[in-house]
Formats: sequence, structure tokens, C-alpha cells
Amino acid sequence: MSNVHPYVGRAQPRVDGPLKVSGLARYSAEFAAEDMVYAAAVPATIAKGRIVRIDASAAEAAPGVIEILTHQNRPDMPEEDKPYKADMVAVPGGPFRPLRDERVVFSGQPVALVIADTHENARDAATLVKVEYESETPTVDVGDARDGAYEPPEKRNGIPPPPPPRGDAAATFKGSSIRLEEEYRVAAEHHNPMELQATTVEWDDGRLVVHNKTQGVNNPKNYLCSVFGLDPASVEVVSPFVGGAFGMSLRPLYDLTLAVMASLKLERSVRLVLTRAQMYTMGWRPDTLQTVALSAGEDGRLTSIRHEVVQATSQYEDYQEPTVNWSGLVYDCPNVTLGHKLAKLDTPTPSDMRAPGATLGLFALETAMDELASKLKLDPLELRLRNYAENDQNDGKPFSSKELKAAYEQGAERFGWSKRSAEPRSMKDGRELVGYGMATGCWEAMMQPHGASAALTADGRLEVACGTADIGTGTYTILSQIAADAFSMPIEEVTALVGDTRLPMAPVEGGSWAAASAGNAVRLACAALKEELVKRARGLDDSPLANASADHVVFRNGRITLVSDEDVSVSYADLLGAAEGGRIEAMAKFAPDKDFKEKFSSFVHSAVFAEVRVDEELGVVWVERIVSAVAAGNILNRATARSQILGGVVMGIGMALHEETVWDRRLGRIVNANLGEYHVPAHADVKNIDVIFVEEKDEANPLGVKGLGEIGIVGAAAAIGNAVFHATGRRIRHLPITIDKLL
Amino acid sequence: MAQAQAAATSVTLTVNGESKTLDVAPWETLLDVLRERLHLTGAKKGCDQGQCGACTVLVDGRRVNSCLQLAVMRDGCEITTIEGLGEPASLHAMQAAFVKHDAFQCGYCTPGQICSAVGMIREGHAETAEEIRELMSGNLCRCGAYTNIVEAIEEVLAERNAPKLEAAE
Repeated sequence: MSNVHPYVGRAQPRVDGPLKVSGLARYSAEFAAEDMVYAAAVPATIAKGRIVRIDASAAEAAPGVIEILTHQNRPDMPEEDKPYKADMVAVPGGPFRPLRDERVVFSGQPVALVIADTHENARDAATLVKVEYESETPTVDVGDARDGAYEPPEKRNGIPPPPPPRGDAAATFKGSSIRLEEEYRVAAEHHNPMELQATTVEWDDGRLVVHNKTQGVNNPKNYLCSVFGLDPASVEVVSPFVGGAFGMSLRPLYDLTLAVMASLKLERSVRLVLTRAQMYTMGWRPDTLQTVALSAGEDGRLTSIRHEVVQATSQYEDYQEPTVNWSGLVYDCPNVTLGHKLAKLDTPTPSDMRAPGATLGLFALETAMDELASKLKLDPLELRLRNYAENDQNDGKPFSSKELKAAYEQGAERFGWSKRSAEPRSMKDGRELVGYGMATGCWEAMMQPHGASAALTADGRLEVACGTADIGTGTYTILSQIAADAFSMPIEEVTALVGDTRLPMAPVEGGSWAAASAGNAVRLACAALKEELVKRARGLDDSPLANASADHVVFRNGRITLVSDEDVSVSYADLLGAAEGGRIEAMAKFAPDKDFKEKFSSFVHSAVFAEVRVDEELGVVWVERIVSAVAAGNILNRATARSQILGGVVMGIGMALHEETVWDRRLGRIVNANLGEYHVPAHADVKNIDVIFVEEKDEANPLGVKGLGEIGIVGAAAAIGNAVFHATGRRIRHLPITIDKLL
Repeated sequence: MAQAQAAATSVTLTVNGESKTLDVAPWETLLDVLRERLHLTGAKKGCDQGQCGACTVLVDGRRVNSCLQLAVMRDGCEITTIEGLGEPASLHAMQAAFVKHDAFQCGYCTPGQICSAVGMIREGHAETAEEIRELMSGNLCRCGAYTNIVEAIEEVLAERNAPKLEAAE
């Protein structure tokens, strides 16, 4: 029985909001521990080569220094790769291990760990560790490595490789008079969440409580047990708040390994907070060279699509993301060839960054579609509609739902797309050129098995728990909403718990699957708790509900009440009074419906519309406004859902206009590893963003939820780039679109 | 352990109304003293070099990046951190507006955004959304909550200006 005014679907304010705005939400570097010491990592100053000698004598003599760990004196660690692959998002290859041996495989790699009594002393002593290297010439630009590009022999678990070709794209392209073939490139990017990657290890007589910045506490726990041979009963990971991650903290990172290594060695609590520069010595959105070739008939129907990429990876792992698959999926086209190759660089392994693959691949495809529209003298939106895919073009399955047409229509209407002039460089406002552009976005609606619990506690509150994370996505809030509705309770009486390995099992929070998966798990746990409560109510001495079943009662106002007679009820308080420990708990597991997945493809879609202003003389580009119309099934919380889209769009503005990690190609070092020179969008860069959620019914899971974490960024950069073309007549195929490229 | 801590200096800071006297090394930043010594972790470390604004606190009412301040430079000053603005049960108007407008996601830049917004309003130069965006640009938000932050600030500004307008009439 649901609430008359359910919380699900509302713009419910975040339940963790008051803690966050008052500075009381604790992040990984903010847990205090008795007798804690501080660690600082010493970064390698070469990108490739080997350590010849380490002289730590000056550092050892510095004030407050307790220990200096290097590859020469670190505790024994497993030799083989396997233990380090206890990582649910591992990629093929041998994972990076800090302080493994004398080899240096990327610039900034930690080559020593200094532990001291204070943060300042550790930081100071880290600068005194002298390391001599034998350096080799590094390769850090994917363009320099493309000749050696190869198809990854081992595919990454969970990432679909490109589907096999269909039809004959090459012959069709050759025989077509309306065609284009272009190269696209998006600069390397770094996630740059605001919180620094950090680990605080509380050491308590061999028992560890680890506060690690992670998108899923079970991943670091499994990794630690595997790598350090720890008893799972002796280590817990507790990370209730995560200061942004965007994919960066999916895998165990070296702050975790080093902090725990130091803690075990010293038998003390340890804190290791990385520097902003060190945030550039781990995962990144790979630099990717893309070729898209399209051909079409006079009617604007696509006749062939070829999309091939060469994507950067490290020397030691074959990172893969689904970049080209979208080009076989989103448009109705009989002849498609897709290819995905890797090229090895002397950099850290790239990692998933908000909508990995889709963001890059759809930038290329959606820019090419705009170019095709221009060639055909067809409205770009009309071109999309003429090629609309009614089913999954890669595998022929019907979609579980696809309201992309409604998103196109409502987005275009809100934006005023009909006011767009056909010719580029034909709209002006004073000294500003005005451009309108649009693009399509797409992301797979995924789910993962999740456990959850629901409990009535002694104080009469409802507590729901799941070992997932809230990385700013709003998990705490949606779980509270779902639980409050299940019991027709005020949301203020619900506590949601996440980010703790003592809670029911959940994988990492990523891929936009948490809302659907954890949400449905909590829903099931609440149902199981209701069953348990009814069972206990029936069992009370002289129970008024002795013959009641779960179908015959409602749960509200702290009581289980008979539907047919409101005067017959049992209070939760009576049940709690009779319960051991004053707590009644039920568990449940959610797993995606395999039969449904066999029959249907599930994707989230969006239509993104952008208006840009370009200063005609200076080439400065401003995004005046964006309308993002999203079809993502049922929306649990209109406020946090909207925020997810806003955030994705803002990161898309960054991708289109600002963000670029720049390597020095001789030294292999990043020259802008800081927030002053790597420009993430600031307040002044973001003006008006309008979000529309179109009505969409989906039955892939009982809540009808698809997930929103990624879709906001997909298509945003293409829409902006297409708007810049419309404003200026200049097509920039290499992001970011900086002034030098426009003038 | 090698030799003991080098010369420390005694400083007195009034933090959120409470007087705190501590011995600090000359190189300890105000941010690190707040976070590691006083356990006021509301002020955040996002870059430690004055580029992100997450560490913004109010020093004698003015917004400053506390990572760029040495604690010894602020002897005798009044420091207000996010914890001093309001608590969950009694939020400052700016904190409440941030919750209402969903002006944050992960929450990490949030204390800095709020302290900065409070300081900015005191400066008295922000009236329009455009001016707010310009004057708040030292506070980065990677979650991209900017439009909601500006709405929250606009609401607080409007409430603040409302009595003034009435008085003028």
C-alpha cells in the first residue's frame, strides 16, 4: 500500500543536506584516530625508466620522520598479478602496484612513502628523498603510438566489444555520392573531483577500519584482504561520504595500498592524502583518435556508418571502454563497421570517467551527423528523425522503452529550435555570432545484484541499508524516499545507511546502475520487513491480527492495521517490545531480471540543444544556454535527478570548451596538473541549463528506473560544437574548442 | 624519530566565537590547523594552492582561502568556519537556501561555496546573477551545481534586500 502523497517522484531535498551544508559530513581524510601518523608519497620525476639509487638519509634526519618506505625495504607483497586483480572493475593486464620494484612506468609514480608525526613534516621530508633514475624516452601522445595500435586480445569484463560488422559499409560508402569521412579527437581529461583521494587507516590492535575514498566500500575491502592476506573479519571499510569521483575512485588506488602498507608495518593509524598534482597520476579519460565515415541517400537516410577508434592505454593494462558501439545502435542503418584498437603510452592506465566511451564516441558520431545534415542541407534534428532506430540496431532486440522522439520534440520546443536559421554564420547579436546546435545522447540502463536490509529500530525509526555509495548522486535520499513510501512514514523517521562494508553487499556505484539496483533492493527489503512484522504480529499472544496476511493489512502511523477494520491493529512498539534487542530486521537481494534482458535492450536517451555566443573578433565562446531533454524511465527525485543532469551538462561544457590535460612530449610529464591550468568550468562559464524529463514507462525493474549519472554529459559537447559551427561556419573536430582553433 | 619539532609560535585565534591558543609551526597553514589540530573539517582541502576555493573561511568577516594563510599570520583574528555559521538544527539562511535549491551534490566544495557566498554578500558588489557568477568564480564545483548555487544566493540576497526596499518606499 503506497502513500497517498508518495515521496518517490517528488523534488525531495537531500536527507544528508543539513550535514553537508554545516560541514559535519565526514570524508575519508576527516576521521580522527588515536596516535595517528601522516604519510606523503614521493613522486617519480621521470615517466619511463628505472630507479638506480635512493638516498633517504636527509629525509630520515628531518624532524618528525618515523619511516621511509621504498621498493627496497617495503614489507613483502605477493609477486604474481592475481591478488591485485581482486577488483570488480579490473581491466586486462597487470595492475599497478606502488613500490613494487625499481621500474618507473609513469611520471609521478610514487617511488617512496614518508611517514612522519605531522602532515607538514611528512610533506617536507618527502621533498628531501633523493632518487636517481635511468631514464628512457617516453611516449605520451596517442598520435605517436597509433602505428602500433592493436585489438585487445583479452576483452574487459562487462564492457561489450564492438559488435560484428553488418552489411558492407566499405562498398556502400565507396558507391555513395553523399558521404563524409573525418577524424575526431577529444583531449585527455582528468576527473578532478573536489575531494583529494585519501585514506585514513584506524589501526586497533591488528584490526583495521579503513576510510578510503571509494565508489564502493566492498571493492577496497576485497582488494586489501587479497593483497595483504587480511582476514575479512579484521578489516572494514567505512566511507559514508565521497567528495565527487566521476569514475576515478572505482578501482583501488595507490593511496589505499600505501596507507594500509604503512599502517600494518608501523602498527599505527595512518593518514595519506594525495596532492592535487598526484590526482593526475591515476585514471584519466583516454585520449582517443576517432574516424567516422558516413554515407546517405538523397532522402537523408543513412546507408553506411564506419566508426573506428584508437584509444590510449598504459603499458601495463589494456583499459577498454565502449566507444564505437553507439554508432551501431542509435540510428537505423543497414551497413555498419565498427573497430576499437588500443595504443600503449607511458602513462597511468586510463579509467572510467563519466559516461566512459559514450561521451567520446557520440561526440564523434553526433558531430559527423551534423556535418552530414549540412551536406544534405537538412535540419540536423530532421536528419535524426529520418534515421530514428525503432529497435536496437546492434542486436535487433526491441527497446524496453525509448521516448527519444518525445525528448527531441519537447527539447526543441523548449529551446526554440524552429528559430534556427539554416545557414551557418547567419545569426548575430551585436558583435556576437549566435549558433544553435543539437545532438543525441545515449547510455545503457544497467543493473547489478545488490543486497539491502530494512529494520525497525528501538527508537521507532525505519533504517534501510545497502553497501553502495552516495558520491553526490543522492543515494541516501532516494533510498529514504522508497522506504518512507513502503511504510507510509514521514521521511524524517527514516535513516538510510550506505558506504560501510558491514552493510548488505553491493558492488561499486558506477555505470548509473545504483538507483535502479540499490533502490529495488531496498524496496524488496521493506517488503520482507513487512512480511516479518505481520508474522510477528500474528504470533503475539491474543493477537488481533492472528489470521491476517500481508495482503490484508496496511502499514501506517506506526501500526499494522487491518484493511477491512481500521480498529484492529498492532503497534510497532508492541512488536519491538517483544523483539530481541528491540530491533526487527529483514534482508533482501535484488538481481536484474535475466529473461527480460534476453528479450529487451534498455537504454537512457537524451536530446541536447545548445546556444553559443562567439565574439566575432576575439573568438571567445560562451554557452548561453542548454536544454537537455532526457528519457530515463521513472524519476525518483526530481531535484537530485535534475542535479545529475546539470552536473553532466556542466562537465560537457568543460569537455567542449575548456578541459585538456597537456603532456610535455619529451619528458612525459603533465604540465598542467592543477586546477589553475587545467580549467574545469567555473561559475562564470555556466549560465542557463534547462532540464526536461520526458514521460517514459519502463518495466525492466519494478521501480521503472533507468539511471541518470552519465546521460547528462553524453551529447553535450557535440551539441556545443555543432552550435559553434552554426555560429561561425568553422568545424572544430578536436576538443576543446579553444580560441586558437577558432581564430 | 629525528630531532623534535622546530620553533613553534603561540597564536590565539577566535574560532567560531571560541578563543583558541595553540603553538603552531611557522609553516602550518590556517587550513591545516583548522582541520588537523582543531578537527574543524568543514573547511575542505581541494588543491592546497588557492585554486579551488573549497577551503574558504571568513577571517574578520572577509572570505579567504585558508590554504593560502599561515596560521601565524592570523594571530588575534576572528575566524568563522562553516561549523560556526549554523548547525543542522539551526541553519544559517545561506545553508538553508543551499539545501532548498539542491545547490550541491557531493558536498565537498559546499562549505567553501557557502562561506564565500556569505562573504561576497557582505562585500556588497553582487546584485545580478551575472555578478554572482563572476564573484563566485573562485569556488569550483566539479559536480556542476552552479546554476542551483546562484539561485540559492539570489534568494538570500533578495531576502536581505527586501526590508531595504520597503524602507525606501
